[in-house]
Amino acid sequence: MRRSPFVRKRRLVAALLGAPMAPEPGTQAVGGADSASRPSTLGGSEDQSALVVEHLSKRFGERVAFDDVSFEVGYGEVFGFLGPNGAGKTTTVRTLGTLVAPTSGSATVAGIPLSAENGPAIRARISIMPESPGLYRRLTVTENLECFAGLYELDDVGGRIERALRAVNLLDRAGDPCGSLSKGLRQRVALARALLNDPTVLFLDEPTSGLDPVATHDVHELIVSLRERGVTIFLTTHRLEEAERLCHRVAILNTTLRLVGRPDELRERLFNQALEVRVRGSLADPGVVFGDLPGVDGWQESSSGGYELAVSDPGIAAPAVARALVSAGADILSLAESRHSLEDVYLQLIDEDVEAKRR
Amino acid sequence: MRFSWTRVRAILVKELRDYRRNRFVIGTMAFLPVIFIAAPIVQLLTVSASAASSKLDARVGISLLYLLLIPAFLPSTLSAYSVVGEREQGTLEPILITPIRREEFLVGKALAVAAPTLTIAYAIFGIFLAAAALFAHPGIASAVFAGSHILVQLVFTPLLAGWSIWVGIAISARSTDIRVAQQLSVLASLPPLGIVALMQFKVITPSTGLALGLAAVLLAVDVLGWRAVAAMFDRERLVTGART
Repeated sequence: MRRSPFVRKRRLVAALLGAPMAPEPGTQAVGGADSASRPSTLGGSEDQSALVVEHLSKRFGERVAFDDVSFEVGYGEVFGFLGPNGAGKTTTVRTLGTLVAPTSGSATVAGIPLSAENGPAIRARISIMPESPGLYRRLTVTENLECFAGLYELDDVGGRIERALRAVNLLDRAGDPCGSLSKGLRQRVALARALLNDPTVLFLDEPTSGLDPVATHDVHELIVSLRERGVTIFLTTHRLEEAERLCHRVAILNTTLRLVGRPDELRERLFNQALEVRVRGSLADPGVVFGDLPGVDGWQESSSGGYELAVSDPGIAAPAVARALVSAGADILSLAESRHSLEDVYLQLIDEDVEAKRR
Repeated sequence: MRFSWTRVRAILVKELRDYRRNRFVIGTMAFLPVIFIAAPIVQLLTVSASAASSKLDARVGISLLYLLLIPAFLPSTLSAYSVVGEREQGTLEPILITPIRREEFLVGKALAVAAPTLTIAYAIFGIFLAAAALFAHPGIASAVFAGSHILVQLVFTPLLAGWSIWVGIAISARSTDIRVAQQLSVLASLPPLGIVALMQFKVITPSTGLALGLAAVLLAVDVLGWRAVAAMFDRERLVTGART
């Protein structure tokens, strides 16, 4: 069987990183506040979280960057931090990275309490990949990484640089000046830089911002390989498909934290479960067909021949609906569970915020 | 965490590599010293050996003052670029995300400016002395090599450079625009040069004691300047641009 180049590349990256076998999809544990579902810890002790944030706020004068934010991130978890521009995502990352002092609240980063005195110790255990790669364009890729290896006081600098560049598939460009690289390649160098110190927590701030689809796909593959390796990743993004694909859990921030949970949990929390039915023509009396079916709580006609059914349990309702439609002599064109994307969740929350501000 | 010379070295090496590949920096570093060596040598070679002692001293003083312009002016543009330049090219935040302390960052930056400045300043001074010894009238040459002149040059070169570097970095750490930082930095490098000028022109009678006294004052100002710049270096303001 022929494998797609993406699959082959992904396997190559995972092999180069020495990644363990990816868990079966159904058994992949999700970390976070729920310690029962947390995966085995990879960078810290079992009873700790990689990040614990409690009522953290930051104000710049009168302007509130973020307010009363609380969440936990487990070791080995990929945690998505979503929000519109200006929601406070980057400021949250900078605060947890000790670049910005919080106005109130507390946090523990990689097991170390967040404080100005602990800044160097925290920064030694984490990495932040800012939105802009911030590379020295006249220096080569290797020289850029050598500088940062020195700043982290790392040993085996040559070996670490080689492993980091291999991980991002850039070993053959090691001697090129960074100014000669495309934006996507510079982003990869920045990711290699962030991997140099084997961080306990890796913060990725909008890692695919401004990248074309191919470069975006490459960065996604790298994040997937890091996830498989068990690296704790805090990913800020406003690309919802990116969060849905890469993250175990997501948080939605719009100055205040609106929701935290697995994408499917958030969908369930915000939207009623529903079935979408399409039949040829229209039902003569849909009330009779859908009225007393088990698991069906209500219905409405969405278009000619189209019906949306509110259900409590799609597994019970769908077969009953199919049988009822056949009994009624309807020609079924489609019968499917209504799927809400993370984007629907996001837009719903942001719309609520906009409405609240109007009021 | 202790002060780390490994991190200072990382900044220093990175800066020197960056200078080496920057034609503007190389050009500035090469061009200014050429001017500053040409003018004093012309001064020296055009003065008559029979000139009055006071005129001779004044000429030698002016010649040596030109040489002190090198450590005063050469570092000002580089040091003014050091922080605001990193910020404008987006490289400051990745640096500040590492465990580096502000003192380590500042010392690395200062050494990176000081190393080429002192190398060039002393090399130019050496060329000047060689030219005086080889081509100037023996009377004029002996005036150049006399007394406190050489000591003033040797001692004040690093002290003036230190002043210019710390003032430049301080301006750079608080500035939001490279051009403004560089202009202010050049202006701020002038005051100590005025004092040295008074000594060279013998408005203040030069003596070893006076030279050492002024050197001690400049040294103290340099050390305090370093402390002051470290206190002014505000990570949060530099990263976010917000006033804190």
